[in-house]
Amino acid sequence: MKLGNLLKVALKSMLKNRMRSLLTMLGIIIGVASVIAMISVGEGAQSSVEGQITSLGTNLLIIMPGSSSFGRIHRGAGSLDTLTWDDCSALTSQTGLIQYVSPVVRVNGQIIAGRNNWYASILGVSDTYLNIRDWKLEDGMFFTDRDIRSRRKVAVLGQTVAENLFPGQSPVGARIRIRNVPFTVIGVLEEKGQSATGMDSDDVVLAPSTTVSYRLSDGKNIGSIMVSAVSMDVMDETQAEITAILRRTHRLHEGQEDDFNIRSQTEIAQMATDVTGTFTMLLAAIAGVSLLVGGIGIMNIMLVSVTERTREIGIRLAVGARESDVMVQFLIEAVLLCMIGGILGVAAGFGIGYLLCQAINLKLAINPAVVVLSFLFSGAVGVFFGFYPARKAATLDPIEALRYE
Amino acid sequence: MENFETIITLRNIKRVFSMGQIEVNALARIDLDIQHGEFVAVMGASGSGKSTLMNILGCLDRATSGDYYLEGVHVNDLNKRDLARVRNKKIGFVFQGFNLLPRTSALENVLLPLLYNRDLRSRDLKPKAMKALDAVALTDRIHHEPSQLSGGQQQRVAIARALVNEPSLILADEPTGNLDSRTSIEVMSVLQSLNNRGITIVLVTHEPDISLYANRIIELKDGRIIRDVLARQPRNAAADMSRLDKDKVGTPQPGSEPVTET
Ligand SMILES: Nc1ncnc2c1ncn2[C@@H]1O[C@H](COP(=O)(O)OP(=O)(O)OP(=O)(O)O)[C@@H](O)[C@H]1O
Ligand SMILES: [Mg+2]
Repeated sequence: MKLGNLLKVALKSMLKNRMRSLLTMLGIIIGVASVIAMISVGEGAQSSVEGQITSLGTNLLIIMPGSSSFGRIHRGAGSLDTLTWDDCSALTSQTGLIQYVSPVVRVNGQIIAGRNNWYASILGVSDTYLNIRDWKLEDGMFFTDRDIRSRRKVAVLGQTVAENLFPGQSPVGARIRIRNVPFTVIGVLEEKGQSATGMDSDDVVLAPSTTVSYRLSDGKNIGSIMVSAVSMDVMDETQAEITAILRRTHRLHEGQEDDFNIRSQTEIAQMATDVTGTFTMLLAAIAGVSLLVGGIGIMNIMLVSVTERTREIGIRLAVGARESDVMVQFLIEAVLLCMIGGILGVAAGFGIGYLLCQAINLKLAINPAVVVLSFLFSGAVGVFFGFYPARKAATLDPIEALRYE
Repeated sequence: MENFETIITLRNIKRVFSMGQIEVNALARIDLDIQHGEFVAVMGASGSGKSTLMNILGCLDRATSGDYYLEGVHVNDLNKRDLARVRNKKIGFVFQGFNLLPRTSALENVLLPLLYNRDLRSRDLKPKAMKALDAVALTDRIHHEPSQLSGGQQQRVAIARALVNEPSLILADEPTGNLDSRTSIEVMSVLQSLNNRGITIVLVTHEPDISLYANRIIELKDGRIIRDVLARQPRNAAADMSRLDKDKVGTPQPGSEPVTET
């Protein structure tokens, strides 16, 4: 029989059993939909993590206090304050591979401006911080090296802070109180948008590191140091150089463990994407199982259908159908059920994925390869699970099939 | 226009069904020649092997031993694929239970054998099906499904399906078994008209009345041919039909069409 006719016959028999066809497809629809939803949400998460981290700049190195053995705490929290101002100036005086150095002193606190108040992170940084992060000013100016040396009480506001404290007006020149210490606003940062993890990088106040350290904190230690290398290609060398400098300033003997650790953004990105990638695969595997169950459902229904249509098969054989004709007819029916289920599943999957992404604030990633793959896969499910019933139909004895009640 | 050339030759055909220990000789020994254009009625008691014989003639079943030649082709040598081709192009089947596809229109039922005929172009299919339906006078019922047709009409659809690929042989296993006597004659008249066009017909029947329309009667008993006679003067089904219709008009019955004269 010609392919066009076979398709027509298959479609007709599906339409004759509309409800049953739909229920049969449901297994495939759910399977494909969950695969698609899981993968697209997972990939959305992955790409937004990646995007966020590359937006930090890939030539960044962050020096944190504590041992490099990641995730292992073997000292008291107090003794983790190992980074000092001396470290900072030692790194700054080095001009080879290191481009910019900025200490980061983080304090959280209440900020008051007139009748408005806001709770935010205050970062004490150096005048090169904007260069390191590649951030830009929208209004006003940034503080200078002199401001830092004289511990001036000036602040640059992130967009979120500015909007909440000074709705509808320019904050530059205004006076605010951070933890009851008066500051003058000298600039506003450009909007950077919400990050994938839900962290608002606009919800921040920048101030001279010395001011934050001595006026808002105890003036002793530095939370972390941010360094940018002259180029992305020399990250490893830069890391080695920093390690050497810090070991020297910390007077660490040979064989002694580092009391700090250096992480590059790519490393952090790798870790984050690895985690989300593994998670995506796990979800997809679980979803794949439901696709398998859907396939078994198809096989079950096809077997019922073959039994139900035994007489029809007998008639077809009697009027000259070959075994292969009957076989192909039932295979096409199974594949068609799966393919249509696949199409509906892909649509449903993206629908669910879209809603999920809306709920957790991600951008939905539509990967055409996944669409094609799950479509082909559902076709393959049809062939695989349709094969046995189709063979059973094709090898029926025509006389017995005709006599079947 | 009768062309006495052998279409079917059976030599020493045996068909044994073995069910565990028991062996049933459905066909004990059959030697038979049928010429082109014959109208053969096969009779015999239930279990005498009539259907078994028809299935072998129709290439749906194979003999346990013996030789079967169909239009000179040694059927024993054919593989499954060739047999399907023979069933499609050389033979038309008509069954007692009609065996139409349910929930499928008369036209589509008739189209079915054409779909399996690889030598046709798709635009020729519908005209051919219409021609076959015309031959059984059913062109006004082509979109009816079997459940919307009377028994006689269903059997005529089945006959149209049997003849649509222009076979040289039509095999009918008790085609009138489920029909009343008037409808039986109607079906016989269709078969007779096909026979007049040169198609060889082999028909199984229990009813002596029906066998009178054939020009040769074969009787089976326990898988053997015990009688094989030529009818000198077969009855004409079309003539019987019009006589029946005239009687009906002459004696009006309640529920039949109103007659104007009082
Ligand atoms: N598939 C089968 N397996 C076993 N025995 C069978 C099979 N088919 C037919 N027979 C036996 O073969 C014999 C002939 O059967 P067949 O159907 O040919 O009879 P028949 O003349 O057509 O009878 P009826 O008039 O009742 O249709 C019977 O004894 C039957 O029981
Ligand atoms: Mg029988």
